[in-house]
Amino acid sequence: MFDLDRWQEIYHVLRKNKLRTFLTAFGVFWGIFMLVIMMGSGDGLKNGVSQNFGDMATNSVFIWAQQTSVPYKGFTRGRQFYYENADVRALDEAIPEIKYLAPRTNVGGFNGASNVIRGLKSGGFQIFGDYPVFDSIDPVNLLQGRFINEIDIKEKRKVVVIGLRVKELLFEKNENPINQYIQVNGVYFNVVGLFKSKRTGEAASNDNQRIHMPFTTCQKTFNMGDAIGFFNITSKDGIPVAVVEEKAIRVLKKRHSVAPSDDAAIGHFNLEVEYKKMVGLFFGIKVLVWIVGIGTLFAGVIGVSNIMLVVVKERTKEIGIQRALGATPWIIISQIITESVVLTTFSGYFGLTLGVGLLELINYLLESSGAGTEMFLHPGINFSVAVVSLAILVVAGAVAGLIPARKAVSVKPIDALRYE
Amino acid sequence: MIDISNIHKTYITGSNKLHVLKGIDLKVEAGEMISVMGASGSGKSTLLNILGILDNHDHGEYLLSGIRIENLNERKAARLRNKYLGFVFQSFNLVSFKNAAENVALPLYYQNVKRKKRNAIAMEYLDRMGLKEWAHHLPNELSGGQKQRVAIARALIGKPKVILADEPTGALDSVTSQEVMDILTDINKNENITMLIVTHELDIAKRTQKTIRITDGLITEIIKN
Ligand SMILES: Nc1ncnc2c1ncn2[C@@H]1O[C@H](COP(=O)(O)OP(=O)(O)OP(=O)(O)O)[C@@H](O)[C@H]1O
Ligand SMILES: [Mg+2]
Repeated sequence: MFDLDRWQEIYHVLRKNKLRTFLTAFGVFWGIFMLVIMMGSGDGLKNGVSQNFGDMATNSVFIWAQQTSVPYKGFTRGRQFYYENADVRALDEAIPEIKYLAPRTNVGGFNGASNVIRGLKSGGFQIFGDYPVFDSIDPVNLLQGRFINEIDIKEKRKVVVIGLRVKELLFEKNENPINQYIQVNGVYFNVVGLFKSKRTGEAASNDNQRIHMPFTTCQKTFNMGDAIGFFNITSKDGIPVAVVEEKAIRVLKKRHSVAPSDDAAIGHFNLEVEYKKMVGLFFGIKVLVWIVGIGTLFAGVIGVSNIMLVVVKERTKEIGIQRALGATPWIIISQIITESVVLTTFSGYFGLTLGVGLLELINYLLESSGAGTEMFLHPGINFSVAVVSLAILVVAGAVAGLIPARKAVSVKPIDALRYE
Repeated sequence: MIDISNIHKTYITGSNKLHVLKGIDLKVEAGEMISVMGASGSGKSTLLNILGILDNHDHGEYLLSGIRIENLNERKAARLRNKYLGFVFQSFNLVSFKNAAENVALPLYYQNVKRKKRNAIAMEYLDRMGLKEWAHHLPNELSGGQKQRVAIARALIGKPKVILADEPTGALDSVTSQEVMDILTDINKNENITMLIVTHELDIAKRTQKTIRITDGLITEIIKN
């Protein structure tokens, strides 16, 4: 198997017509190169979009209140209503499929005017009133201190957990923000935690400008009564959040005298549906990439098979000599198949290496320039895919050599010897 | 060593049938050196190819060293060729990208002899042919006589029982032809290897023990030289 003569023969055959060998090899090279690039890009796209989810529970739904659009029970249409604390227990009791239920309030709009002050520094941030359970739905990286806890809720403590950007804007570089005070809408709060988003890109910079305070504190301090801004709910494992969504909307409609047919009154956003759409999209992309990639690769392999046929034909006489001297059909067949596999694997390996190299380069450029992180992140293929592709190449090479090899031994030795 | 009786061979090309061998009977004893003569197209090469298991016969019986040659699969045929037969061709049939030593060593490659060992043996045989200095030359760097001597060394290396030579001197000048015949008679005498030599030249045929004449697919004459 590893006799030098075998490799000498392969070397000779491949070298004899360099251009032809190169063109044949290029077919396979291009096939695997394209497969790698397309797969890597697909992954990059997926990573880019997935980053917007961070570690957020994807089986979650947001529900908020809007204006009614249907007159009902003596109310006219266009009524603005609010959720209240009693809704929480009602939802919890009515819907056993709920895993986490996080009522939330918010103060101040997005990117609003300056609402937080510390000494001479100030900034405009998003301010949320949250329960500790929120950290289970949309976790953050705590850099220092802690998140809101139950005692904060119970005692309505004036404490906040701030995002990294908030700290950067309100504190000196080396300053420790924990136990310091900041003024939110004119009220002093003690900083108990500092966090960093688990997302990347723009999503992350939004996250890092958030300030969380205890839900109860928020309601009381900013005179919200027992109004709730919105609910963030997740379903138990294995249950589609749409089930919870539908039930919750029904319960809330009933409690707030909203017509069952009024679809505009209650705003809701099902993250799971969006997530599934995206997962489906990326699955589709993946399938497409494999079909196109394998197709291209297949074309390359057919090229190899074709050229091996020509090579076998050119070498008919030589193969005849070998057979006259006692080469068994198996020796001839395995020789030709080895040639085919070597040609395929070498060129394929080259394509694989170059493809991965190019992806690494793109990755490096993206990272060093900081560009394109919104849609495209860490393009690359995983190791097992590379190994599988190589295995496919070896098998494909063997298959490509099979027909020519059989052709080589199908003629009688004398006819091969006589061949001019 | 070789025992054939009533061998028939017909070539079919398209709708044409050409009955080339029409019942050949021949016995060759071990160690005999025989020449085969006959007009062009009389079927000499056809007979030699059948004896060499490079082609199959349609009818009749062929015993090689007592082994019945009939309906062999290619693997068995290859093994028999490798073990019992050595070939010398008019056009030498050396493998162009292998040097002289590697060409000589080829039959041993098919016996799975290690490269080092088979190349050492090949050097011995080349030495006997007076070609030691040419061992690492490619065929296209050798003269016709040298090529044929390489081919003879290659035919010998597998220690065959029979050497089949189809016009071995056909491409050589008369001096070189005589040198090649010297080598072949030498081998026949010293190693007791049976030989069949197809030739058109009377002085080549005269150097063998018997000359068989084939006319129109039949043996018509056997002459003792
Ligand atoms: N493969 C083949 N297919 C068809 N016809 C063939 C084939 N090989 C040989 N023949 C024919 O068979 C006849 C005998 O051929 P063969 O080669 O045995 O002759 P030969 O005696 O060796 O002649 P020469 O002295 O010219 O070599 C010729 O007429 C030739 O055309
Ligand atoms: Mg002939």
